[in-house]
Amino acid sequence: MIELRAQGGLAYAFVERQVALMRRYWLWELVWVIYSITTSLSVAYIGLAQPIITGTETDAATTSRFVLYLLVGTIAWRFLGIVFEDIAELIAWERWEGTIEHTFMAPVPRITQLLGMAVGTIVRASVISVAVLFAVMLFIPVDLSKANAVSAFALLGVGTLAFIGLGIASACFPLMWTEKGLQMAYIVQAVVLLVSGVYYPTTVLPGALQAISVISPATYVIEGMRRALIDGADIGSLWPLAWPALLIGLVSIPLGLRLFLAAEHHAKRTGRLKRSG
Amino acid sequence: MIAIEEAGAERRTAPGTAVGRIALSARGVRKSFSGRAGKSVHAVDDVSLEVRRGEIYGLLGANGSGKSTLIRVFSTLLEADAGDVRVFGLDVRADERAVQRLINRVSVEASFFKKLSAMENLVYAGRLYGVAAAEVRDRARGILKRLGVAEDRLHEPLEKLSRGMQQKVAIARAFLTSPMLLLLDEPTTGLDIRSKREVQTFVRDLREQHDATIVLTTHDLDEAERLSDRIGVIHSGRLVAEGSAEELKERHGARDLEEAFMSLTGRRLEEADKGDDEARP
Repeated sequence: MIELRAQGGLAYAFVERQVALMRRYWLWELVWVIYSITTSLSVAYIGLAQPIITGTETDAATTSRFVLYLLVGTIAWRFLGIVFEDIAELIAWERWEGTIEHTFMAPVPRITQLLGMAVGTIVRASVISVAVLFAVMLFIPVDLSKANAVSAFALLGVGTLAFIGLGIASACFPLMWTEKGLQMAYIVQAVVLLVSGVYYPTTVLPGALQAISVISPATYVIEGMRRALIDGADIGSLWPLAWPALLIGLVSIPLGLRLFLAAEHHAKRTGRLKRSG
Repeated sequence: MIAIEEAGAERRTAPGTAVGRIALSARGVRKSFSGRAGKSVHAVDDVSLEVRRGEIYGLLGANGSGKSTLIRVFSTLLEADAGDVRVFGLDVRADERAVQRLINRVSVEASFFKKLSAMENLVYAGRLYGVAAAEVRDRARGILKRLGVAEDRLHEPLEKLSRGMQQKVAIARAFLTSPMLLLLDEPTTGLDIRSKREVQTFVRDLREQHDATIVLTTHDLDEAERLSDRIGVIHSGRLVAEGSAEELKERHGARDLEEAFMSLTGRRLEEADKGDDEARP
């Protein structure tokens, strides 16, 4: 119990640091929020413009459903994307600040550091996503009358676990390849975006990409959140979507951690655990 | 090949006989890196040394001589290709976490989150070592006051402080965690004379008032002589001599440490610095 509390104290160092950095870089955060709002709005307007673009008569309810379909995808992806990026950028960020050696020679177990980072980034992702949601609702009428928020948050929680694991695994790239590692992490993120049905059903994808979509946690999370927020699906009926995402999370976190420790060991042998790489 | 010189009878009796008195021991440490065209560069080549508890040990050498690589091995940031490194008897690889609790390091560049204030950086650093925020704040104020940093500067973003101030905060950060072994990697490089003297006095005082062992790397002969109880001269990755400043001078019939260094390495320290800088990738 005492050890658990001690580890909690160590993890809190990273949460507090993340929040302090958010405050100090508030202007950049504001830029990011505005960017997120404008991209989400742009996607939502595609939904509103669908009758004009396709030249077909569409009733208001169908258009509203389509707009919500797109908005759930874009906002959920924004949240999960921030979680992934913040963790995957952990090494690159510490190198850029010049603090990597100080952090990595501290007597903190890596799992404690990474989980502390994860909590910090969930705080950041929540603040940004809520800001985007409210801003979008100012511009576009969003029908959440049937929404089951509990189910949606449960799915998002499960997806967050999986994205923490993916982020930890992708943070290995900058440890292995100091110059191009971060770009590799972004490629992982881009592929997940393509195959996960963020803006369209995965059934429209070619067979090979559909096969990859099966192992993407976002595929299940975003589909589940749509059913919860558009149709009001309860958690029980979403279980077939929740368990694969949960399974990916339960596998990806320990696997990602193992990969990270191996990459850290490699970096220590090759002298890459330093600010200039 | 230049032979490693032994210094003093006490030095010879220490290994293995009084482990508690040995803060740091390194035996046969080697580290190479892949250089240009796949050629291996020997950064540290068969270095063995011992640092006694409470001692200030200076590692003197030119830029690129292997001092910082050795410090990185001692601080668990770099794995040696061969050899054995122990901190208070604990193996830096097998007992990594325990070693990390005993040590801290100040590097040549003050490494901080630039936008965070000195105090925010110190609180973060303290938490990493299990020191409560309130305690950090109290101790940091005391240490930084002694180093001449005004309290109102503690809440400014680090990037707004001068290089000298940043380095003082880095030293305060290292001492906050009460390390048993402090690794100072060129802590005064780039500081003005006044800041340099303040830091040197502080290091000396701390050793006298606390139970801290200090390994200091420097390419400043005056600093090495002023601070170190014993000096190890490192040249091209090899420890080529060890002893007090007086012993080194006497052994080489030198009037000062500069002459002793030249006698050991064949070059003046300034020339060696320049040559190594030019040779760097």
